[in-house]
Amino acid sequence: MFYTYIFLPLISAILVPFLYKYFNRKVHTGWFVLLVPVSIFVYLLQYIPGVAAGDTYKYTLSWIPSLELNMISYVDGLSLLFGLLISGVGSLVIIYSIFYMSKVREALHNFYIYLLMFMGAMLGVVFSDNLLVLYGFWELTSVSSFLLISYWYERKSSRQGAQKALLITVLGGFGMLAGFIMLIMMADTYSIREMLANLEVIQSHVLFIPAMLCVLLGAFTKSAQFPFGIWLPDAMEAPTPVSSYLHSATMVKAGIYLVARMTPIFGGSSVWFWLVAGIGIITLLYGSLTAVRQTDLKAMLAYSTISQLGLIMCLLGVGSLAVYFGPGESGTIFTVATFAALFHLFNHSTFKGSLFMVVGIIDHETGRRDIRYLGGLMQVMPITFTIALIGGLSMAGLPPFNGFLSKEMFFAAVNEVSKAGIFGLGSMGILFPIIAWVASIFTFVYCMIFVFKTFGGQYRPEKLTRKVHEAPWGMLFSPAILALLVILIFFFPNVLGKYILTPALTSILPNMPTTLYDLKISAWHGINTELVMTFGVIVVGLLLFKTAKGWIQVMRNYPQGLTLNHLYNQGLSGTERLSASLTSRYMTGSLRHYLIYTFSFFVIVLISSLLLLHGIQFDFTSDAGISIFDVGLVLGMIISAGTVLFASNRIVAIVALGALGYMVSMFFVIFRAPDLALTQMVVETVTTVLFLLCFYHLPKLTKSIQRIPFKLTNLVISIAMGLTVTLLALSANGHKLFKPISSFFENAFELAGAKNIVNAILVDFRGFDTMLEISVLVIAGLGVYIFIHQRSKRREQNEIE
Amino acid sequence: MKSNDVILKSVTRVAAVIILTFSIYLFMNGHHHPGGGFIGGLSMASSIVLLYLSFGIDKIRENIRVDFKKLSAIGVLIAIGTGMVSVVFGKPFLTQVFGHYNLPIFGDTELASALIFDTGVALAVIGTAVNIILSISEDR
Repeated sequence: MFYTYIFLPLISAILVPFLYKYFNRKVHTGWFVLLVPVSIFVYLLQYIPGVAAGDTYKYTLSWIPSLELNMISYVDGLSLLFGLLISGVGSLVIIYSIFYMSKVREALHNFYIYLLMFMGAMLGVVFSDNLLVLYGFWELTSVSSFLLISYWYERKSSRQGAQKALLITVLGGFGMLAGFIMLIMMADTYSIREMLANLEVIQSHVLFIPAMLCVLLGAFTKSAQFPFGIWLPDAMEAPTPVSSYLHSATMVKAGIYLVARMTPIFGGSSVWFWLVAGIGIITLLYGSLTAVRQTDLKAMLAYSTISQLGLIMCLLGVGSLAVYFGPGESGTIFTVATFAALFHLFNHSTFKGSLFMVVGIIDHETGRRDIRYLGGLMQVMPITFTIALIGGLSMAGLPPFNGFLSKEMFFAAVNEVSKAGIFGLGSMGILFPIIAWVASIFTFVYCMIFVFKTFGGQYRPEKLTRKVHEAPWGMLFSPAILALLVILIFFFPNVLGKYILTPALTSILPNMPTTLYDLKISAWHGINTELVMTFGVIVVGLLLFKTAKGWIQVMRNYPQGLTLNHLYNQGLSGTERLSASLTSRYMTGSLRHYLIYTFSFFVIVLISSLLLLHGIQFDFTSDAGISIFDVGLVLGMIISAGTVLFASNRIVAIVALGALGYMVSMFFVIFRAPDLALTQMVVETVTTVLFLLCFYHLPKLTKSIQRIPFKLTNLVISIAMGLTVTLLALSANGHKLFKPISSFFENAFELAGAKNIVNAILVDFRGFDTMLEISVLVIAGLGVYIFIHQRSKRREQNEIE
Repeated sequence: MKSNDVILKSVTRVAAVIILTFSIYLFMNGHHHPGGGFIGGLSMASSIVLLYLSFGIDKIRENIRVDFKKLSAIGVLIAIGTGMVSVVFGKPFLTQVFGHYNLPIFGDTELASALIFDTGVALAVIGTAVNIILSISEDR
């Protein structure tokens, strides 16, 4: 049941093309797709009471049970929180996309397939307990987001943005895979829960720090932390519904999820604290400073996302101190920081989701996204303005919106860090509140710019490309729901806190008893440092906003050569040049060279390993006797091989090669392997025919090249190759290191009902291999087809020209 | 191809039928005797190639209206699909089942889900082999 819902997006993605083909003229495909996240959301809702009471649910789907490699899923507080966000925001995004994406102009089937793939991958990531499965889904999110970002692939910027996102997140993903493998090696299990039960082994292991660094690399690249965040603004080339989904609720939060999930394992170490909290707060500052100088609304939101993710990351880092202190008063303070991280995560999804959708509306209705052209939209789009105001002020951290609550908790957390006095925080700790305060001021400023530059001021319709009017209800519905949530959470935060956030907190910090401290969120908490800081933010922020004209221009003149993007572009083109020059050195286009590489590699590796491992041993004792047939066949084979060598005519060589192959199949007959003999015979026939077909294209066999070094290389390579294979075959027979597995296959009839063991192996025991083999075969066949047809098409075009 | 290969054409007319029948026999027989999807598929492909060699490509295209690219894709999908079926029934991926059934005409017959998997293999092999050969031969 559980897996039906988790795989529902992936399964229903198959149906989308058919729905699109048969119904799109009448019904927007999105209406069908909408059913998927809604049903998942409703399904997940039923877990809330149980999870809030402290239960977890485990589901197992056998994959390779013999290797203990199974798909195990856990529903606990953290995964449920993410699952609800993914399906809930997913539903809203799909409603919005129904009105945003035109059913006439857009390739909707592609769009919804990618979106469903992405949704399924995200659900897989958050519910998997098996690290390798988690990694698989993690990379599927990278791939599907690549497809989503490059959805308008005819635009160069879309392709480049997608490429950038893919390169950076997959790079991090590889790092993460390495980290996971180290974790699996240390704990000797694939399961995260079993690792938690085995913490001492992992934490005292040499690989503890390397594994942590590798895992963090994955989390930081995915969550766009400094300095990897540069892909996120470019990812804004995606259609706006995608941006609002990927960058408010899901993809970028995967890194946050991973850090939260790994906190029980790595938390409490100083490296983890400094990396997570430190990089988080740097990202917060970098994002907010960069967001201020953007003129494109979407780019502004992108940098703001980076900055807010930094905030959440920083809170998680601070919260990990709770693991260090353990249950007790100091630990409790930092537990609240983790709670704040989850709270802000949820809040961010609500307000950032609505803001992205607002930008989509503005873009859709005015044809512009640049604040230099916009202004005064308040008069024509009052509802959109209200939503933007709610979202913007919440992001700025003002009451009565949910952003205020979580930001106050953030200030409280950084104030506590400065007093913690461990991990060398004594002198450095004061930096945390200062950076947080400065970043919050700039956050306030860009929120003001976002709302009031767009909606306030003079309305100038002449600068816009379309006739502006209020958006249709369907586009307003989803952002309005999110905006409503923003306000509701402010007034009733403890409902969310009790049922969703506290269980999630318990799964991040399992050792901290939640009863010890009071996790009530309150809007009014007396006049304390945090409130004074907020007042400071508002006062200084307003001053800066009023004087913005002067100083923003200075920031916009920041030299392009010093940006991270420039570095990335340089690096990318440098790598391309390097690989091009390297490749052109060995990819000469001469088949002979490639064969030389392949054969020499083969010979060197095999011969050296045979020699190093003392593998050359012969054992002729159990050999069968040599019959007259064998001698005859061998003689025949030698003769035909010689004919291939010395043939002056290519057709003779091909026929001789075919004859050689048939004689090999005769050997199989003699040694009673009818299946092999049949296969060899048919394969030989087909390849001979192929050879004859290629005959037309091959140059005449000439003896013009007679240089000695050329012939000598050929001679050396071929003799070495023959020798290697002979030695290998003989010593393979000479060794009996392991018990032969053939006895297992003797009970093929009982296990597979097959009297033919070869076939039982092919379809039953090693069916997976066969499946992948035919997949490879088909891909190779398509490759041949495409190569040849592209070439003949080009040739035809040339002829026409 | 030259048009006056009378002997080749006459032999092919008979031989192709025999090879086709034999390949089906090989395929169906694979569970207990030499044969199976791979060999059956390849020999069927070779009979199609033989037809092509003697009658020319246009005749083949006219009479066997199969898109071999699609055929190979369908083959792979069938193979993966049989794997998925076992997942639906809560067994590990690609678990095969078999059993003996009493069918009206055939009497006691063994039916194995492996045969469906093997069909996928055979289709993929036929599709790919013929596809490669036809594309190379069309390239002039």
